Amino acid sequence: MSAEDTPKDYSESPINLEYFYTAGSATTRFLNQVKEGNIVGQGCPKCKAVYVPPRGSCPRCGVATDIEVPLTDKGCIESFTVVHIPIPGNPIVPPYVCAMIRLDGANISFLHLIQDVDIENIRIGMRIQAVWKPKEEWTHSLENIKWFAPIDEPDVDVATLRFQES
Amino acid sequence: MRRVAIVGYAQHPILKNAGALNEVELIMPVVHQLFNNLGISQKDIDFTCSGSCDYLQGAAFAFVEGLSAIQTNPPIKESHVEMDAAWAMYESMLKIQMGDAETALIYGFGKSSPGDLDAIISLQMDPYYISPLWPDRVSLAALQARVLLDQNVITSEQMLATVIEARANSKNNKNALITDLIDESDYLKNAMVSSPLNKLDCPPISDGSSAMIIASEEKAYEFTDYPIWIEGIDHRIESSNLGSRNLATSDTLQASINQLNLKNIKFDVAELHTQFSHELPFLKSLLNLQDVPTNLSGGPLVGNVMMCAGLDAIGKTYESLKDNQFTHGLAHATSGPCLQHNMLVHLEAQK
Amino acid sequence: MIQAGVIGVGQTKYDAKRRDVSMAGLVREAIDNAMLAANLEWDAIDAVILGKAPDMFEGVIMPELYLADAIGAVGKPVLRVHTAGSVGGSTAVIAASHVCSGQFKTVLTVTFEKQSESNATWALSPRYPYSPHINAGAGGYFAPFIREYIRRYEAPEHIGWKVAAKDRQNALKNPLAHLHIPGIDEKMVSDTPMLWEPLRYLESCPSSDGACAMVITAQDQVGSRNVAWIKGMAVRSEGTLSAGRDEVNPQAGIDCAKDIYNQAGIHNPFNEIDCAEIYVPFSWYEPMWLENLGFCDLGEGWKLTDKDATAIDGELPFNMSGGVLSSNPIGASGMIRFGEAALQVMGLAEDHQVEDAKVAMGHAYGGAAQFFAMWIVSSSLD
Repeated sequence: MSAEDTPKDYSESPINLEYFYTAGSATTRFLNQVKEGNIVGQGCPKCKAVYVPPRGSCPRCGVATDIEVPLTDKGCIESFTVVHIPIPGNPIVPPYVCAMIRLDGANISFLHLIQDVDIENIRIGMRIQAVWKPKEEWTHSLENIKWFAPIDEPDVDVATLRFQES
Repeated sequence: MRRVAIVGYAQHPILKNAGALNEVELIMPVVHQLFNNLGISQKDIDFTCSGSCDYLQGAAFAFVEGLSAIQTNPPIKESHVEMDAAWAMYESMLKIQMGDAETALIYGFGKSSPGDLDAIISLQMDPYYISPLWPDRVSLAALQARVLLDQNVITSEQMLATVIEARANSKNNKNALITDLIDESDYLKNAMVSSPLNKLDCPPISDGSSAMIIASEEKAYEFTDYPIWIEGIDHRIESSNLGSRNLATSDTLQASINQLNLKNIKFDVAELHTQFSHELPFLKSLLNLQDVPTNLSGGPLVGNVMMCAGLDAIGKTYESLKDNQFTHGLAHATSGPCLQHNMLVHLEAQK
Repeated sequence: MIQAGVIGVGQTKYDAKRRDVSMAGLVREAIDNAMLAANLEWDAIDAVILGKAPDMFEGVIMPELYLADAIGAVGKPVLRVHTAGSVGGSTAVIAASHVCSGQFKTVLTVTFEKQSESNATWALSPRYPYSPHINAGAGGYFAPFIREYIRRYEAPEHIGWKVAAKDRQNALKNPLAHLHIPGIDEKMVSDTPMLWEPLRYLESCPSSDGACAMVITAQDQVGSRNVAWIKGMAVRSEGTLSAGRDEVNPQAGIDCAKDIYNQAGIHNPFNEIDCAEIYVPFSWYEPMWLENLGFCDLGEGWKLTDKDATAIDGELPFNMSGGVLSSNPIGASGMIRFGEAALQVMGLAEDHQVEDAKVAMGHAYGGAAQFFAMWIVSSSLD
C-alpha cells in the first residue's frame, strides 16, 4: 500500500480569523512617543509606581495610570534567558538572549533582546541601553529598539529594584 | 440556604466600536462607578468573578489582561468563566451561599467590533460536522425563527412589533446604542440577512462592559437600603444537536419554570436576553409574560454586548425593581445557538 | 458549611496525540471512568462543571455548548471555567463550591485539553502588532524567573535535572502518564539540549491530549463509598504587570496556601501533609513551590529536593503520578493534581501510592505565575 492509500486518521482544517487590533488608549499614548524615539512611562496617582510599557492601570491600586513620566533608554537586566529554539515567524537565529529589561525609574520590566555582547558575559543586574533602529524606520512599536546592549557602568543589585510604596 | 442580594449594577455606554479602549479601559470605569456609588473599594469585596470570551478579542488570555483593571494587592479570591457574566454572577452567588464570601464583584466585557462575529460564533458548533460549514449566528437563529413561524408559535407581526418597541424603549436606557425610532415601512425596507430575519431583527455589533455587586443578607444592608434579592435562579443546557431539539419550545426553560415555581408569581417586569426579534414573543409566551412589561431597556436589539448582555438583563431588572418600587422581576440570560443554554433569575424587592 | 468529598476520579490515557478519539470522546473517557469509580448513575448528577484553558487550543469557542451531550449535561446546569493554567484546580474548587453552597448534592466536573488539535505554542505566543515578537512560549517566559531563583539562593544546576528525573521515574509507575522514559536519570536529563537557559529539553513539560474528571458529593450522599474529604480549598489571583510583584515567590501563592492550611487546621504543612501533587511544568518549580507553599524557609527548597525529601519514599513526596512534567493536557493538568491527591488518600493510586497517605495536597498555577488554586484532601473527616 502506498502512502497515499493509507487511510488518514486526521485532516488539516486551518481556521483563519482577521481582527482589527487596537492597542488601548494608554498604550497608544505610549506608542505615539515611541514613534518619536521617546520612552514615556505612566505613573500611578496613588502609589506612584511607574509602568513601562503601560496597559492603562496600576493593578496594585486598581486605578488608571494617568501621570506621564519621561524616562531614558537606560536600565538593567532584571533577569534573562538564552533561547535555543527559533520563534515561529521570527527570523532571529538561536541562540539569542531574551531579557527582562528594567528601565531606570520604571517599576516593572518588559522582555526585549540583548545583543552586542558575548552571551556568557551577560549577568543579572548588568547595565544596558537601547540600540535604536535608524530614525526613518521608526514606527508605533518597541521594535524601534533593535535590542539592548551593555554599557560600562557598575552592576545593579536587583534586590533593590523591588517596588516599595513610600 | 443563605440569601443573596444584588446591591449595585453599572453599565458602560454601549458602543458600536470602542476603538482604542482595551479591556482594562472598558472595565475600570464601570467598576469605579459601582465602588463610588456604594462608597466602597476592592478591599470590601471578598470574591471577584468575570465573564468574557478570548476569541472576541482574538487573544488567548484576554481575561488576564482584563484583571489588570482590578486592585489585586493584596491578592484576591478571583475566578473567570468563559461565558456571559450572568454565569459569573451565578458562581459568585454559590461562593456567598457556601460562606466563602460575604460580597462579590462581577464584571463582564466584550468587544465584537474587532473581528467577524459571524465567523467567530461559527466556532461554537460541533468542530467535526458543523463548524467547517461556517454557519453564521444569524442563520442559526433564523432556523429557529422559521420553525416558530411555521408552527404558529409566533407571528411575523410580533417580530415587527418587537423591533419597533425595542427602539421605542431605548429612551429608558441611557446606555443604549440604537436609539432611532422606526415604523413598519422602515422595517420592511430592510433586506433579509437570513430569511426570515432582516437586519433589524438582529442585534447590533456592540462593545462594552458591565459590573455588579452582590452580597449576603448580613452584608446587603450595609451597602443599600434597597437590596434586591435573588429569590430563585436556575440554568440548564440543551443538546448541541439542533436536529435533536424541538426548536418550537424549550424543555430546559420549562424545567426551570417548574424548578423555580414561577407559575404562581405575578411579575411586574422582565428583561430577557433575546438577541433576535423572534425570541422575545417566543419566550414571553413560554414564560407566561404576555401581560408583563418586558425589555423596557430595549433589550439586546438596541445594544448587545457579547459576554455582558445576560448580566445586563439581570442588572436592568434590578434597576427596574429598585427605581419603580416593583416587587417581582424576571431576568433571562442565554448562551449558544437557538437559545441552547438558558438562565432564569427571579428577583424580588422586599420592603 | 456543607462538607464535600470526592467519590470518583477518572482519567484518560495521556498522549501527544489522541487521534483515536474526538474531543467529545476524550472527555467522555475520563467521565466514564469517574462515574464508574463513583458507582453512580447519571440521574444522580445535578450539575456539570467544565474547565479548560484557552479555546484557541482546539478552535472551539465555549465548548460546553458542543460538548453538552458528551458530558451528560443536557437538561442540567453547566458552568465553563477558564483561569489559564490553574483552571484544572479552580474548576475543582468551583465544582466543590456547587456542593458546599447547598444548591447541589452531587456534581460532575471535567477538564480537558486536546492540544494536538492545534499548535499550542502558537496559541500561547501569537504575534501582536506594536510589540517585539520575541515571545518564545511558556518556557521562554518562565526561564528568567527560574534564573533569578537560582541566583538568589545559589542553587546548583543539578537540582533541575534531579526533579525532572524523579518525576519521570514516578511516571513509570503510572500507566496513564504520557511520558514513559525507560532508564531516565539525571544524566539523561542533563544530556538533552538546552531550550531556554537554564531549562533543558527534559526539564520541560510535554504537550499532551487528555482529560480528567471527578465526582464530588455532599456528606449525606456518600454512603459507604471510599471518599477523599475536601478539608480546605482556595483560589488567589494577582495582576500580571503589577509593580512590586515577586514573580519568583508570588504573594498569591503564599496567601492561597495559608488559606487552605487554616481551613484544614494544618500548622506545620511539611509534617502534617503526607504527599502533594504540585503543578511543576518546569523542573525548577519544585523547589520554588516548596518555599512558596510554606513547606520550608526561603532558599531551603532546593536543599529538600537535593536530599530526596520529595521522592515517592521521601518525607514529603511530590508528584507521585509523574506530575505535569510527565503529562500536560494544560486545561486538565490542575485537575489531575487535585484528582491524584484524592486517589492517594483513598488508597487508589496503585503503583504510585504513598504508603499510609491520609492527608494530601493538590495545587495548580497559571498565567504569569499569578493564578493559584489549591486543596487539601483527607481520608477522614476529623
